[in-house]
Amino acid sequence: MSAATPTAPVAPRRRCARDSSASWRWSDRVGLAFAWALGLLFLAVTAAIVLYMLAQGIRYVRPELFVTHPAAGVSERASGGFLDPLLGTVIVALMAMAIAFPLGLGIGVWLSEYGNPSWLARLTESTIEMLAGSPSIVFALFGTLIFEQGALAFLSRTNDGVVYGRSFFAAAAMLSLIALPLIVANVREGLQAIPGHVREASYAVGKTRIATTRRVLLPAARPSVVTGAMLGVGRIIGDTAIIVVLLGATLRFNGASSVPLLGTLRGTGSTLTTFVYENAPTGEIDQPEKAFAAGFVLLLMVLALNVAVDVAARRGRRWR
Amino acid sequence: MSHTSPPPVRRLPLRGAEAQVVEPAEQPTLAMPGAGGAAAPRFVSAPRRRAGTAMLALDRMQVERLSIAYGSKLAVDDVSLPIRQGEVLALIGPSGCGKTTLLRSLNRLTELTKTASMKGRILLDGEDIATLEPTALRRRVTMVFQQPNPFPMSVFDNVAYVLREQASRRPRKAALQGAVRSALERAGLYGEVAADLSHPALRLSGGQQQRLCIARALAADPEVLLLDEPCSALDPQSTQVIEQLIVALREQVAVVIVTHNLQQAYRIADRVAFMYLGELVEHGPAEQVFGAPREARTREYVSGGFG
Repeated sequence: MSAATPTAPVAPRRRCARDSSASWRWSDRVGLAFAWALGLLFLAVTAAIVLYMLAQGIRYVRPELFVTHPAAGVSERASGGFLDPLLGTVIVALMAMAIAFPLGLGIGVWLSEYGNPSWLARLTESTIEMLAGSPSIVFALFGTLIFEQGALAFLSRTNDGVVYGRSFFAAAAMLSLIALPLIVANVREGLQAIPGHVREASYAVGKTRIATTRRVLLPAARPSVVTGAMLGVGRIIGDTAIIVVLLGATLRFNGASSVPLLGTLRGTGSTLTTFVYENAPTGEIDQPEKAFAAGFVLLLMVLALNVAVDVAARRGRRWR
Repeated sequence: MSHTSPPPVRRLPLRGAEAQVVEPAEQPTLAMPGAGGAAAPRFVSAPRRRAGTAMLALDRMQVERLSIAYGSKLAVDDVSLPIRQGEVLALIGPSGCGKTTLLRSLNRLTELTKTASMKGRILLDGEDIATLEPTALRRRVTMVFQQPNPFPMSVFDNVAYVLREQASRRPRKAALQGAVRSALERAGLYGEVAADLSHPALRLSGGQQQRLCIARALAADPEVLLLDEPCSALDPQSTQVIEQLIVALREQVAVVIVTHNLQQAYRIADRVAFMYLGELVEHGPAEQVFGAPREARTREYVSGGFG
C-alpha cells in the first residue's frame, strides 16, 4: 500500500476517524492491509463460485428442464428434467417452515418476553444452541429412529408391517430442526433490540403482555422475524443429508398410496440438492450438465432469499 | 386549521398578563440561621406558566409509608405523599434518588422488575392499588416516558390501540374517530396531524412524538397522569408546548412529573417534592420549596449546591 512509504515528518495534526493513514502506526497499517487482503480474498472466492455457477448454469439450463420429470437414462438428452426435485424443494421448504416458523416464533417470544422460570429458559437456550451446532446428518439418523416406529407408520410407506420411515413428513420434521435455531435467534434478537420503555409504554396504558407482544413488539420486530424465516428457508433448501436419508432421494416422487396429495407426502422424492449430488460427476447418475443446471437454479433461489433478507432488514424501524 | 376548534390546551397560553409573577415583596425571606449562605435560586422571580392556583384540589392518590427496594438496595425509603387533581406535583432530586421508582410504583410498573420489593401502600381514591387489577389500574394511572416512544403504527392507531380491548382490532376506525380526535386535541397535537392520521407515528418530530405519547396516555381517560422527565429529550420549543399542556391538564387529571430541570419544576409545578437518597426530604408548594426551603439539603439542592 502507498501508505507504507515513509513520509516526511508532518506537523502534529488532530487525529480523527477520517485522518489519512499516513499518520498511522506500523502495526495498524499492517493490520489494515491484512484485513483488506483477507476481505478481498473471500470476496474473490465467493465471486468465483457464483460466477462459475452462473456461467455453467446459463449454458445448460433449458426451459424444458423445469417441466420435465427426471427419467433414468444414460445420456443427458434422455434423462429428462428436474421438475420433481424442484417441486420437492418447494414442498419440503413449505412443510418444514410450517412446523419451524410458529414453533420458532413462539420460543423466541417466550425467551425474550417471559423467560419464566429462568432455569427452563436457560435450558431452552442451550438446547437451541445445541441444535444450531449439530450436523444435519445427526438429525437425519435420529429421524430414521423416530419415523420407523410403528406408531408413526401413517407418515410413511409401510410394507408388511415394516415402516420405511422415509417420507416428506419425516424429512420436513427433521429439516424444521435446522431452521428452528435461526428463527428463534432472530426473533429473540429483534425483540430484545426494542427498548424497554416501549414495552412499558404499552403496559402503562393497561395492556397485557400478550397484547403488547402482538400489537407492538412483533410488528416492531418484523424485519428480524422475516430475516430469521428467510435464513431458515435458505438452510432448509440447502440441506442434503436429511433428504438423502429421510426422503430417499428417489428420482421421481414415489407415492406411498394412490391418495392424491397425502400419498405423495407419505412417499419418497428428492430435492434440487440431492439431484445435484447424484448428477455430479462423482454421483450415481453422473450427468454434470443436469447438475450444473439444477445447481444454478438452487443458487438463484438462495440469492433471491438473501436479497429478500436484506430488503427486510433495511425496512426496520428504530427508536432512538 | 380553521376547520377545527382550538384544542383545550390553548386555553392557558403564557401571556404577560396571565402569567403569575412572584413579586419580590411576596417572596418569603430566607431567614434560616446557619443556612450556609445558600440563597434562593435566581429563577424564583421568573414568570411561571401557571395562571393562578387551581380552583379545586382533590385528593386522588395517597402514598403511605412507601418503601421500595431492588434486592437489598433501598430505592424509596418510607415516603408519604398526597397526589391531588388540580395540581401539578413535581418530584425533584439528584440522579438515583428514587423519584422515578416512586413514580413507577404509582401504576405498579415497578412490579415488572423482578428484584423489586415493596412495603407500605398506595391508595387511589381510597382503594389500595395492590388490590386492583394491574391492567385496570394502569388505565386509571397512565404514564409518559422520558424517550418519545410511539408504537410502530399510524398516529391514529397509536391512540386507538389504547382505546381498544387488549390486542383486539375492534372497534373499527369509524367508531373511534371521535375519541381519538379528542385525545389528540387534549394533547395539542390534533391540528398538526389532522391532515393525515394514517401517517406513521415514528416519522413525526420528537416533540410531536412526545405529545402523541401524552395523547395516548390521555386516551384511556386516566385519573392520574405520570410523566417521567417528558421533556429531557426535546428542544426548548417542544418543551414549552408540553409544559403549557401539562399545566392545562392538571384540572382534568392529577399530574405527577419527575424532572431534573429545576426551572421546569418551578415553571409548572404547584407542589414540589424533593427526594434525596430515597427519602422524601421536603414537600410543599413550589414557592415554599424553592423560595424558603425548610431543610438545609433542599436549600443546597435548589440553589445548585449539589446534584
